[in-house]
Parts: sequence; structure tokens; C-alpha cells
Amino acid sequence: MDVITDLMLGFGTAITPLNLMYCLAGVFLGTLIGVLPGLGPVATIAMLLPATFGLPPVSALIMLAGIYYGAQYGGSTTAILINLPGESSSLVTALDGYAMARKGRAGVALATAAIGSFFAGTVATLLIALAAPPLAEIALKFGPPEYFSLMVLGLLASVVLAHGPLLKAIGMIVLGLLLGLVGTDPNAAVQRFTLGVPELSDGLNFVAVAMGMFGLGEIIKNLENESDRSALVGKLANMMPTREDWKRIVGPIVRGTVVGSVLGILPGGGAILSSFAAYSLEKKISPRSAEFGKGAIEGVAAPESANNAGAQTSFIPMLTLGIPSNPVMALMIGALIIHGVQPGPSVMSEQPALFWGLIVSMWIGNLFLIILNLPLVGLWARMLMIPYHILFPGIMVFCAVGVFSLNNTPFDLYVMVVFGLLGYILIKLNCELAPMLLGFILGPMMEEYLRRSLTLSRGDPMIFLHRPISAALLVLAAVALCLVLFPWFRRTRAAAFAED
Amino acid sequence: MIAIRSPSDFWAGLLFIFFGSLFLYHARGMDFGSALRMGPSFFPIILSGLLVLIGIVTIVRSVIVGGEPITKFALKGMLAITAAGLLFAVLVRGAGTIFAVPALTLISAAASERFHWRTALIMATILTIFCGVVFVYGLGVPMPVIGTWFVE
Repeated sequence: MDVITDLMLGFGTAITPLNLMYCLAGVFLGTLIGVLPGLGPVATIAMLLPATFGLPPVSALIMLAGIYYGAQYGGSTTAILINLPGESSSLVTALDGYAMARKGRAGVALATAAIGSFFAGTVATLLIALAAPPLAEIALKFGPPEYFSLMVLGLLASVVLAHGPLLKAIGMIVLGLLLGLVGTDPNAAVQRFTLGVPELSDGLNFVAVAMGMFGLGEIIKNLENESDRSALVGKLANMMPTREDWKRIVGPIVRGTVVGSVLGILPGGGAILSSFAAYSLEKKISPRSAEFGKGAIEGVAAPESANNAGAQTSFIPMLTLGIPSNPVMALMIGALIIHGVQPGPSVMSEQPALFWGLIVSMWIGNLFLIILNLPLVGLWARMLMIPYHILFPGIMVFCAVGVFSLNNTPFDLYVMVVFGLLGYILIKLNCELAPMLLGFILGPMMEEYLRRSLTLSRGDPMIFLHRPISAALLVLAAVALCLVLFPWFRRTRAAAFAED
Repeated sequence: MIAIRSPSDFWAGLLFIFFGSLFLYHARGMDFGSALRMGPSFFPIILSGLLVLIGIVTIVRSVIVGGEPITKFALKGMLAITAAGLLFAVLVRGAGTIFAVPALTLISAAASERFHWRTALIMATILTIFCGVVFVYGLGVPMPVIGTWFVE
């Protein structure tokens, strides 16, 4: 079996003392920062990204993946203990998790989340190992037109599957694409939209942009109403699920894992959609559906397994096609590029150690997550007690120093501040920030593939419809878009994201 | 009189038109090229045209279809966070860490309704020491402890 050999190579790469340490450090730091209210995985990764620049690419990626799972789990902890989900993917967990916490079962809820995540992580890791090679094989046959169409599909699907007003989300994609083009045009060596600022000739720094929008923008948003919160940490000592609990969570964990794994591969799906879908599925089929929202353990197990499975399988399009399906993957791609690795199907064949090392470290990361979190949950709970007005100036300092250290220039700080303000205004106008970041990362790539496609076809735009794969991808994109216009789908979409 | 029924759509549309026009304006001097040989402004002009169009449709929609109102802006937060970030950028090289970090901490802390001088000063001290030890000495971030304005 090839997969076994590949996985062995992965184990060989991931299980060096140094890489294990980076994985552990990533999971620890990710949880530590992700647990802080108001900091989702995107902001957490952006904040910790500069810390990985000095590492070799494999270690950096392993650490970043660890940070991602840590941040994700940290968000669930926050959701369960103080009903303040750091990110929308833990929104549903907050419903039943917080209700459990109020009944004094916070410890069991946290343990359930960790166990579900671990199971989902294991399955999803295997799935990646099995699905990625054939997918990359197909992707290697893709020419520029196929890539262009794939990006169109990816971007459109990401807003169709997300929630929120569609037209504005598409506007945000386009705005992101345009902002991504700022800098030197690689073909004509012309400065574009730099307003004569020399620092902009390399383009806007994407970490500064992400940190501004997802870090500073969020801080300003949180300052709107500083309500009191109290962490329900009462009986954390009692964490082990009872035999009755185990019986109740096995089914939801397995179903959540399946739902999450499938939805995670879809662009824009990732963790958020997965957790919503898994929760509504459980609520529909559970004999105890009346208990949902009032502390049903299934309501924690299913979405938590799903969001972890989804978080993991969303690596598949990123690793095989080089296309981000959510903002976290956009950051990962940015990190890869900084480390001199061009994400795409060739990564697997050209850098097998990096590829398989990362996959194995995902599983190890999940293992660390469960080992680390059960004993350390008291520490996380204490982190939660820090009031926000004490916390956010600290976050500001970390954001500022992190962004400054990117290029050691104050210019990136100006970029961060401007995008913080812009991000906040856009949040207020009900415009989603995630599609903009995806567009921002894909802008230059899309332009390049468009250019190459049109050169291939001697300027005939019909090439996108004449090539069968490309045409199929565009038809899919059109279908996805049309679906939203149909009332029944719109209702289902609204229902899938309805909180209750 | 046309009434705006969805203020958030209206302003978002206006913002899209603004950005679209801004990119169009700056693309005007560049070579458009042709489909066969795309010039530097080929893709940007298509995108900004699309963005302006989306903006117009969004505004039209805002008059026809209702939507949510815009909730109150956290003006104090916007001001303080912006000022703190900018001041840090200005101070970090010239004045150094021991001025930039406290300035950043104190000004952003002032955005909170629960701002209190004593806590803020304690936080500023702790964070400054932390930055000095962990970032400057530990991780080697090239932020001078005392800036170039004071030491040559």
C-alpha cells in the first residue's frame, strides 16, 4: 500500500523531537490565545504567524496546523464556559454547551468536545491521506483555464455556502481581488495602485490586512458593548462522561464526523457550515430533540466533531489544488508562499516529506489537544476570567509587535490600522470579511491564470467553455449561484444557519 | 421622495462604488492591452467595473427591499484603537519600546468604559517589560528599547 509508505514517511518527518515540540507549542499557544474571548482562529493564526517565520517550512506548517486546532478547541472552551463563541463555528456549541455548564456539567461538556474532536480528527486525517493523492493527480492535469474556473467556483461557492447577504458577499470578493492586485504587475513591471508609496510595490502585506480586519476590527466591535460575563467553571473536576453519556455521544460523534468531513472539502464550508449542519441533523433525528438547547450532550458532541473534521478536510483543496476554502486556509497559503513553497498539486510530488509530515502532524496535533486540554482546562478557565478591558490592550500590543516584526517596518502597522477601521465599518454594514480575504489571496493568481488562458486561446474568452473540465466547473458555479435565487434553497440555507 | 429601506445595503453599495471608482481612476493611465496580451489594467478595470455595478445594484436594492438598520458605531473605540496603532507605528523606531508600548497600551485601554488609570498603568508596565524580555531579547524583534531619537 502506497498510503502506508507515505504515512511512514510522514511519521518520520513529524516525529522528530523538534517537530513534536513545535506541534505541541502550536497546540498550546493556539489554545491559549484561542480561548481568549473575541479572538477566533483567523486572528490567532495571524498573530502567531510571525513567530513561525524563522522555522524551516515543515516545522512552521506543523506548528501553524497545531495553532489552528488549538484555536478551534479554545473557541469551543470559551463557548461552553462563558457562552461567548470566539468564532461562528463554535456558535452552536454554545447553545447546549453553556446550558450544560449551567447545570454544573461544564467539565463533561469540555471532555465530550475533546473526545469528539479527537475521533473526528483521526478519521479526517485518514481521509486526507486517502483522498489527496488521487485529487492531486487530477489537478496536475489542470491547465490555466481549469484553474481559473476552479477559482471562480471556489470563490462563488464560498459565499453561497456561507450565510449573509449574497450580493454584498460577492462585492467583498471583488474588492478583495482588487486589493490583492495592489503592487508591482509581475508581467509589465508596472506599479499598480501604489499611490506612489514605495512600500506598496510588494503589495499589501496579507498578515497586516488579516490582523487589521480580524484582530483590530473585532476589538472595536467588542468595545461596542462591554457586558459582564461570568465563567461557569464550578465543577470542572468532574470531567469524565458517565456510561449513559458515552452511549449518547457515540452516534452524534460518528455522524458529525461524516457531515463535517464532507462539508469541509467544499469551498467556504469548512468548520462553520459543518457544525451547523451536524447540529440540525442531530436535532432532527434525536429522540431527545426537545432537550436540545437545554443542555443535551449530543448538541455538543455532534457540532464539535463536525467542526474539527471540517477544519481538517478543508486542508484537502488547499494542499492538492492550492486553493483556500476559508480564511484560515488563505492564511496557510500565505504562510507557505512566505516559506517559498508554491501551494498546489506539485507539493505532494516535489516535497513529499512536507506534505506527509503535515498530514501526520495533524493527527499528532489532535492527540496533543486531548492530552493537553483535559489536565489544563483549569488554566484555560482562569484565562477566561480576565476581564475584556484588561485583555484587549494586551491583544493590541501582540498584534502591533507581530505586524511590526513582519518586515521590521512601521508601514505594515499603518496597513493594519487602516484595515482595522475598514474591517469594522464593513462588519457594521453587514458585509462579510472572509470572502474579501479569500479574494485578496487569489487576486494575483486569478489574473495570472486568466492571462495564460487567454494567451493559449489567442484571446478568445470562449476557451473557458470549450475545455470540458473548465466548462463543468463554471456550470457548477452557475448552478450554485442560481440555487440561491430559488426560494426553497434560500429557506434551507437560512434554516441551516438559524441559531435554534 | 425615495426612502432608503436598508441603510446597511445603501452604505455598503456606496462603499463598493467608491472603491470601484478609486481603482478605475488609478487604472486610467495604464495599458489596457487586449485579451490576447493583457495589459496591467486589463483585469483591474474589469473587476472595478464589476464592483461599481454591484454597488449600484446594492443601492437600488436598498431602496426596494428592506433590511437591517445600522447599529450605533463605537466611535470612542474606533478613535482610540486607530490613534493607539498609529502612535505605536510612529514611536516604535524613534522613541523605542519603552515609549511605544505604554503609549499603545494606555491609549487603547482608554477606549473601554471601565478604563481606570491605575490598572492601565500597571498593565502598561507589565506589557512593556514583557515585550522587552520576550520580543526584543528573547525573539530578537528589532525594536530598540530606547529609540534613535535619544541614543545615536
